[in-house]
Amino acid sequence: MNTPASLPGAGQRFTQGLLPENPVFRQLLGMCPTLAVTNSVAGALTMGLATGLVLVSSNLITSLLRRQLQPHLRILVYTLTIASLVTIADRFLAAFLPEMSRLLGPYVPLIIVNCLIISRAEVCASKQGPWVALWDGLGQGGGFLLGLLAMGTVRELLGAGSLLGWRVLPAAWENWVIMVLPAGGFLTLGALIAVVNWYVQRREQARGSEPDHG
Amino acid sequence: MGELLLIALSAAVINNLVLTYFLGICPFLGVSRRLDMAFGMGAAVTFVMTVAGVMTFAAHKYVLLPLGLAFLQYIVFIFIIAATVQLVEMYVRKMFPPLYEAFGVFLPMITTNCAILGTCLFIWLKGYTRLSEALVFSFSGGVGFTLAIVIMAGMREELELADVPRPLRGAAITLFIAAILAMAFSGFAGIGR
Repeated sequence: MNTPASLPGAGQRFTQGLLPENPVFRQLLGMCPTLAVTNSVAGALTMGLATGLVLVSSNLITSLLRRQLQPHLRILVYTLTIASLVTIADRFLAAFLPEMSRLLGPYVPLIIVNCLIISRAEVCASKQGPWVALWDGLGQGGGFLLGLLAMGTVRELLGAGSLLGWRVLPAAWENWVIMVLPAGGFLTLGALIAVVNWYVQRREQARGSEPDHG
Repeated sequence: MGELLLIALSAAVINNLVLTYFLGICPFLGVSRRLDMAFGMGAAVTFVMTVAGVMTFAAHKYVLLPLGLAFLQYIVFIFIIAATVQLVEMYVRKMFPPLYEAFGVFLPMITTNCAILGTCLFIWLKGYTRLSEALVFSFSGGVGFTLAIVIMAGMREELELADVPRPLRGAAITLFIAAILAMAFSGFAGIGR
């Protein structure tokens, strides 16, 4: 393989994306769908899968095109590639899952401007081969899906007392309506990021090293 | 006239882009540390949003729909936005160098600001059919964005002096503030549409 030694390989790219560099909790990328569609687990799942699919395909295409890319035109090429892929994903959703397509509304086309996808094209796919880019896409996409599911689970459970539409909490549970409203999205994400930070900082302190600012 | 006023009020305050639709969160969290930077970002976004909103509206209504190419909407929209940002950048650099210096890195960043594409899409989803409605809606969307980011920056400047627990520093406390702001803005819900 012609991968430069300084860049991480396929396996490392995959595991990095899942937790240590999780897009939602560590890199804070793709905030708009993270907050907007996570008031139910089903919405979070669909959005996570759609974004992951677009991310993997865009990584593969960018990686195959990487020798032809002109530096000053590359952002335009990324954007148009992603826009074409999102159009395909959007038509697909509208055809097979019309209910979900209506629920997600403008947030499906907004995958085009999800900074996570452009950031992966720039950081990984434009520099490394298709094999590494594929695993990078799977890792980052998986990490994004995990983040969305965490948000969706907390918000649907507390806000509607259900998971995937099934009532799980007893009838006596008073729904926290705020959790399914916009304010609840900010609140949940803030709390989850704080928990992740707390965990990372505690582990670094236990190791005795100088903590970095996440 | 009254209808346009209602559209403006709705876009800027009642359905604030940032606090109810979560659009443009990246600059909202990233560039809201200082008041003057927040204001610069808000002005740049408002400008591009107005131009892009009108251009995409015209392109969709007068070109794509008559030709039956509505499925190309997203690709054409993002292309128009990228081109608008590029043109605005070149124009401002040539004609108003001090303003260009002030905007700095914000101008190119706006292409991937989801608030712009979101506004262009909402013009269609909300069923506006006249150019004047598109113009008012996209301009007041920008005003709403500026409003949110400037309020946020004002609060964060105060926050610099506060003693925040370590895990909450940075993004977490900012999101908590945003939650309180969103609650305040949801008080407007139900006025108009």
